[in-house]
Amino acid sequence: MTKLTVVDVTLRDGNHSIRQQFTPEIVAKVAAALDAAGVEIIEVGHGDGVGGSSIHVGRTPVPYQQLISAVVSSVKRAKVAIMLLPGFGTMDDLQQAYDLGVTVARVACHCTEADITEQHIQLARKLGMFTVGYLISFGMASPQRIVEEAKRMESYGAQYVNLAESQGYLVPSQVREYVYALRESVNIPVGFHGHNNLGLAIGNSLAAVEAGAAYVDGSLKGLGGGAGNTQTETLIAALKRGAFPTEVDLFGILDAAAVLTDELKKHPDLAKIPMPSVDNDAIMMGYACVYGGYILPIKRAAMEYGCDPRQLVIRLGERKVVATQEDVVIEEARRLAGIT
Amino acid sequence: MVKLPVAILGSGNIGTDLMYKVRRSALLELQLVAGIDPASEGLARARELGFETCTDGIEGVLRNGKIKLVFDATSARSHLAHAPRLKAANIFAVDLTPAAVGPGVIPVVNLQEYSTESNVNLISCGAQASVPIVAAINKISPVQYAETVSTISSRSAGPGTRQNIDEFTRTTARSVRDIGGAKESKSIIVINPAEPPIIMRNTIYAVVDLPVDEKKVRDSVMAMAEKIKCYVPGFKVTVEPFLDGDHFTVCNEVTGAGDFLASYAGNLDIITAAAINVAERYAETFWKGRQAAND
Repeated sequence: MTKLTVVDVTLRDGNHSIRQQFTPEIVAKVAAALDAAGVEIIEVGHGDGVGGSSIHVGRTPVPYQQLISAVVSSVKRAKVAIMLLPGFGTMDDLQQAYDLGVTVARVACHCTEADITEQHIQLARKLGMFTVGYLISFGMASPQRIVEEAKRMESYGAQYVNLAESQGYLVPSQVREYVYALRESVNIPVGFHGHNNLGLAIGNSLAAVEAGAAYVDGSLKGLGGGAGNTQTETLIAALKRGAFPTEVDLFGILDAAAVLTDELKKHPDLAKIPMPSVDNDAIMMGYACVYGGYILPIKRAAMEYGCDPRQLVIRLGERKVVATQEDVVIEEARRLAGIT
Repeated sequence: MVKLPVAILGSGNIGTDLMYKVRRSALLELQLVAGIDPASEGLARARELGFETCTDGIEGVLRNGKIKLVFDATSARSHLAHAPRLKAANIFAVDLTPAAVGPGVIPVVNLQEYSTESNVNLISCGAQASVPIVAAINKISPVQYAETVSTISSRSAGPGTRQNIDEFTRTTARSVRDIGGAKESKSIIVINPAEPPIIMRNTIYAVVDLPVDEKKVRDSVMAMAEKIKCYVPGFKVTVEPFLDGDHFTVCNEVTGAGDFLASYAGNLDIITAAAINVAERYAETFWKGRQAAND
């Protein structure tokens, strides 16, 4: 079996769970613990990538450059990654991240729009970064379409294509189908990023690995959009139980999860924010295929406008919203509440 | 009034949509549709409607001799080559490419400032739909920071936008400051592939000095929306300005007129409609200028 690489996204996707409030102190401590556990790639930044800080999807307390520097200076072995979503982040952001010591660029787009990533993928390759094409919400398109989009990213120079199941909507048999389709048609490796809205993050990740995925994303304590991501420490334990090859140390990753919990507890505002869980809102989001990053905006809008969050989620699913349409959450909540 | 003789340079989607709009104009006379591809669908449509066409682009425009204004719907690179030649021939250029040779214009905000220019640029669809809102808020309370989010359907996002998406966010954000009046800005674009295609929508967030008179802001924004509707009938405020902490949030959507481009492509319609508006204002001043010279 091919070597399996675990990519930890706590310090990026996890930001969705805490309203983008990670501080340089927290990310430095967590990154050091992940590094010590043998995690090879650590992703950091705003939940929607570098350049994501905005009123629209949440402002970070410090510029992303400070988060990157904090992580770069606390790791010894791990490579530091950023996500970049063209339309938010620009090539300038990519260049700045590179200058700060980032060596992995994950260039992301909604799963049907790969042609907006060409310039960014090419720049990352030119800079000598390990370059990943990242297809968000891939369950919203057919396996055939995902193959076409992955081929585009491959042609631009992506070194692996990461399939992000951003809604926690697919079940293991479906995940397998996509990974098989890609393995048959593209020459670069495949990665998988799961969410737990239907309680299937670990199951889907194992299904992807069984189908030949060589990279798998996880997040400590499952921090991340919706019901959270595939929990890294659970993933490591499950991979070891299933005899899948991983070099990440189990005790080390459990320690890292404990470091994250302690750091969040120390922070007066963050200590109060509940950890992501498979709660009713998250289940509805998985069921209706709604992007995980909307979990807190949905909870907030439903409370503020007094509408049923389930109805709100169903409406968002019907409108086929993609990542970063947080404004539609407010628009629909106001509509349901009868306010224009 | 005698109509102003104009030409459309570029026979793609934008050029063809412009053709239908010029045809309806009481102030503009379409002299020529200039393309480069003899097999172009846009040129075929132009011929069907009885318009003169040529397949040597700018050369045909310069050969014509009567044309006073050109809509350039080619590409940024082509417009860079066209601009000096149009200027030398004393032809006013309404530039719909991202070339930005001339100053950016938003008809309802800053068109009057450029009555003596020979080349103006339409910036981006996001700018046309968002900058007026920022300007309307800024009139009531200085906007410290404005953020615009334009969501367009995948089908209406052309290859130019896709291949150079940074340019869209950069030029839009710049116009939010330079024309909208915000001190700082950020612009975001989101592409949604849903079928049937979604209508273009824009959200504008504006951080203002507090306290602020919310009613005045609302009235100013809604009055601006009425002005935009005069040339973009499908423009609609879907969430009226409301204060959320330190900022206002406003949402609008733009349904296209469906001239040639489908009605979901409000992003393309708002830019062609703005171009026609600029040309018509130019036509008015052009004849007034002539009259003054004769008096």
